[in-house]
Amino acid sequence: MFKNDFPYFNNSKVVYLDNAATTQKPQVVIDAQVEYYTHYCANTHRSSFSDANKATQQYENARTTLKNFINASKNEEIIFTKGVTESINFVASSFAKKFDTIIISSLEHHSNIVPWHMQGRVLNKGLEVVKCTPNLEFDFEDFERLLQQHKNAFVSITHISNAFGTIHNIKAIIQLAHKYHTPVLIDGAQSLSHMPIDVQDLDADFFAISGHKTFGPTGVGALYVKEKYLKELAPYQTGGATIQSVDYLGSVLLDSPYAFEAGTQNIAGVIGFAQALEYLNHLGYDSIQKAEKQWYEYLDAQLHTIEDIVFYNTTHHAIGSRSFNIKGIIHDDIGILLDKMNIAVRVGHHCAQPIMKALNIKGTIRVSLAFYNDKKDIDAFINALKKAISLLKG
Amino acid sequence: MSIKTKIQAFKEDLDFFEDELQKYEFIIDLGKKLKPFDEKLQIDKNLVQGCTSQVWLVCEKKEDKLYFYGTSDAIIVKGLVYMILEIFSDATIEELNAIDMDIIKELNLSEVITPNRQSGLTGMIKKIKTYANEYKEMR
Repeated sequence: MFKNDFPYFNNSKVVYLDNAATTQKPQVVIDAQVEYYTHYCANTHRSSFSDANKATQQYENARTTLKNFINASKNEEIIFTKGVTESINFVASSFAKKFDTIIISSLEHHSNIVPWHMQGRVLNKGLEVVKCTPNLEFDFEDFERLLQQHKNAFVSITHISNAFGTIHNIKAIIQLAHKYHTPVLIDGAQSLSHMPIDVQDLDADFFAISGHKTFGPTGVGALYVKEKYLKELAPYQTGGATIQSVDYLGSVLLDSPYAFEAGTQNIAGVIGFAQALEYLNHLGYDSIQKAEKQWYEYLDAQLHTIEDIVFYNTTHHAIGSRSFNIKGIIHDDIGILLDKMNIAVRVGHHCAQPIMKALNIKGTIRVSLAFYNDKKDIDAFINALKKAISLLKG
Repeated sequence: MSIKTKIQAFKEDLDFFEDELQKYEFIIDLGKKLKPFDEKLQIDKNLVQGCTSQVWLVCEKKEDKLYFYGTSDAIIVKGLVYMILEIFSDATIEELNAIDMDIIKELNLSEVITPNRQSGLTGMIKKIKTYANEYKEMR
């Protein structure tokens, strides 16, 4: 039913189950971008002719839409970026640089590991990793121990594991970190496509958002910054539209968010992203979560009927992604055959090599659902998986 | 049989299947024909560069010809390894040193094999040429 809103499903014969990598885009998102490029294509925040004003207005409306969507208190707290990767790199090379220690979880993807490595931080030398339980759940005791040991720390933790779907209880994580006066960045790459986010209720200090994983265009995302940290936040890149005045003696920067959005932005992308959020508002998270939960449980039940399947977590406190292997078969082999049967899943390390190494595996087969997936998709996938296994083991 | 003739024979076998999945089924079955490969030889020195999965390849000289043995930890790749071993074994050092081909194109596999796997196949040929070159220099 939801698929009718997404032109991809009319044009491709692929059973799309790779939503943790990117989601499909509804027609309204595509239309909004076409509308910008074909009717009022002009730069924002610079010129003041009519189309430029309209572009600026639409761009700033998008900021308000996102602010309301995540219940931020002010538009100034919303900074548009290229995506989660840029949001984390921004904080890493700016605000978080001054901290002695960065604390991450065991389930991070490379976007929340490599930026810290680039600062010369490695395990036990400026970087600490919170342990997880055998079911890949966050170990709060270990976390508290790290918070006690590292007084001058910054916490940067994913909300939902892209590889395993594990949901971290970020409200409790933030509360505990704040008890030790430690600020927290939440990597929300996988969040908004599955559940509502209220940054005030969570008391998040920084929240990284992806557009393209939330049914919006690629190359757009955002960073929420709690107002009290805006003054301490230095831009990590500067340029056009970030300044109040410039002469050869120096530059005076504008306030947030403009100081942080250097150069011409992905205007069409931002406008399209706002439409994706409006679309989600229109559907409502209740119906999104109802649809998703039903098929996630069905997927899990169907996978359990497969002989020699190995899981690394349960579906308890997990959403969207389900990762597994088949004993005696390398995940790559399954991926190749599924592709030949027009099933799109991801096989490999899912840009999360450290947790794969900890589990002593090279990777998994990951099915990741979005609300538009249905029983037909899962049945097609399960049949193809069974066929692939029988070909490989036959 | 020359290298060219052997390639042609595999190409005809592969071209027989219009359905890509059937092509893979054929490749998987070829992998089952691989001779057992000594685990002691599954060491870094014998690894082929460029493969997504692990491929080990060793070489043996009998009279003036070279013979190759190998395996992979991936089932589909085993079939590809089998083809490569069959094609290039029982050839002279001169013949192997003269190889200058795009094996993927020769076997008409560019549509079937992903770019990642293609570099693995190219890696196997490189390894074979390295072995042939080592024997040439030993002379």
